[in-house]
Amino acid sequence: MKKLQLEICCGTTCFMLGADKLLNIENEMPSELRSRADIRAMPCLGLCNDTKLAGAPYVKLNGEIIEKATPEKIYEKMRALIAAWE
Amino acid sequence: MLDGSVYLRRELMIRFVRAFYDGTLETELDRMPVAMRPRQGGSSRCCIYRDRAVIKYRLMNLLGFSCEEESDEARTLASYYREACQREPRKADPDSTQIPLSVCEAACSECPSSRIVVTGNCRGCFSRPCMYNCPKGAISIVNQTSTIDYAKCIKCGKCVSVCPFHAIVKTTVPCEEACPTGAIHKDEEGHTTIDPAKCISCGNCFARCPFSAILEKSQMLDVLRAIQGGQKLVAMVAPAAYAQFAGTIEQLFTAVSKLGFADVMEVALGAEKTTEHETREFKERMNEGERLMTTSCCPAYVELVRKFLPEFMKYVSTTPSPMVFAAELVRAEHPDARVVFIGPCVAKRMEAIRKGVDYVLSFEELGAMLAGKNIDVIGCEPWKLPRPAIATARNFSKSCGVTEAVIQEAGGFQEGFKLDAKSINGIDKKTLAMLRLYAAGKLPANFLEVMCCPGGCVNGPCSLRK
Repeated sequence: MKKLQLEICCGTTCFMLGADKLLNIENEMPSELRSRADIRAMPCLGLCNDTKLAGAPYVKLNGEIIEKATPEKIYEKMRALIAAWE
Repeated sequence: MLDGSVYLRRELMIRFVRAFYDGTLETELDRMPVAMRPRQGGSSRCCIYRDRAVIKYRLMNLLGFSCEEESDEARTLASYYREACQREPRKADPDSTQIPLSVCEAACSECPSSRIVVTGNCRGCFSRPCMYNCPKGAISIVNQTSTIDYAKCIKCGKCVSVCPFHAIVKTTVPCEEACPTGAIHKDEEGHTTIDPAKCISCGNCFARCPFSAILEKSQMLDVLRAIQGGQKLVAMVAPAAYAQFAGTIEQLFTAVSKLGFADVMEVALGAEKTTEHETREFKERMNEGERLMTTSCCPAYVELVRKFLPEFMKYVSTTPSPMVFAAELVRAEHPDARVVFIGPCVAKRMEAIRKGVDYVLSFEELGAMLAGKNIDVIGCEPWKLPRPAIATARNFSKSCGVTEAVIQEAGGFQEGFKLDAKSINGIDKKTLAMLRLYAAGKLPANFLEVMCCPGGCVNGPCSLRK
């Protein structure tokens, strides 16, 4: 099964602004999504430098940037991508 | 998710530090409230104008001024900044009565005083437990609804607990409820204010206000400027830091040094000395036939005793805290350096003034400085600790950690007295009553550890992760 690449930025800015709570996402994710994601904590993705800071915490889902990431936003994007594949 | 007020506080700190490093702080300061709450964006409070006012006062605190110091409302932040740049490094003041907290009136919601309220869920039932259980006869049924006579109500909460419909609630004022000493209250005009004579700087109000209306006076700008000005600063990192950032403690130390600190040291090395000293003091006191000794490393607790249980002071150990010992160690190695304590504690700001520790940074401020300089903790090489502090010393930051360290140091106490260690894990109104019982000799113990924050310093008000 093709897996989605979920990268959670753990640079200091993102970490301070909520990424540390996102690191739990693997345990909280609905089971149908959990098997579809490769979750990785990443060193700073460099996104808080060129865009406005208020976008942190950032995650990348298959290369697509999600600003002010919350579990709900991530799930929604994941479902959309999975639906597009199938 | 991160709660909105914490997000704002940290976002503001990071912006502040970035502007400092960009050299644009003076010009950016007065623009920040607008930049962060532009007309097109939404507001977190009633309107963007109130949001902007709150941001302004938060910035004032980041510049090292408390809201109460404002005498001219029209004064620009740039002008505060210029004044902050003239500030001399502060001197130790053993008798300081300054408290590091202040109330931001613009942010405060002035929550109505706590009271018992009958909600719309009341069904005017037949058994009426609220009415029959009220010890003051304050409840009657009017128009099929339980009705409280506030002239008689003593807010005991009996009716709240007996109502089968959960129809009666007690409203609270979070800061007043969190304050163990009744220091935070409303003045005659209804504005929330902190009584410096009663405040023990525990930071409970700061941590619990849902409007984030309690601010702590920051020294972050002074640290940033001192480093930029080429001053030699040494960072002392509290043991509570060990799980605060992504990455290991060794990586964190490297990250801290990259901020421009000449050296980085574990406060836990000071905790080792505190352990030795505390154990020796305890044995001496017991052999002299004393009844009880309590720990003294929590500054909020010591302040509590000083202000509310002065007759109990003789039982508080005179052993210096890990911070004080750590500062001695730093000064022995770097006599020309200024010392910066980095920790999760509000009360340390007060202790630092009295004990001559030059600066205090919170973990949040440290995080903002790292973020502002784009230093990634997990990307850092591990720092070479000259020697890691022993595990029991690093455990000082957890509740019962001091007790464990003392027990281990003493190796079992075979000297004619038996250790009876108890602990008070978190100071609130209930444990304060317990403390009074210990003071009166009505509860047994000969070694009492008191930590103001439940769970210990790791759960301090300025912790990044709790």
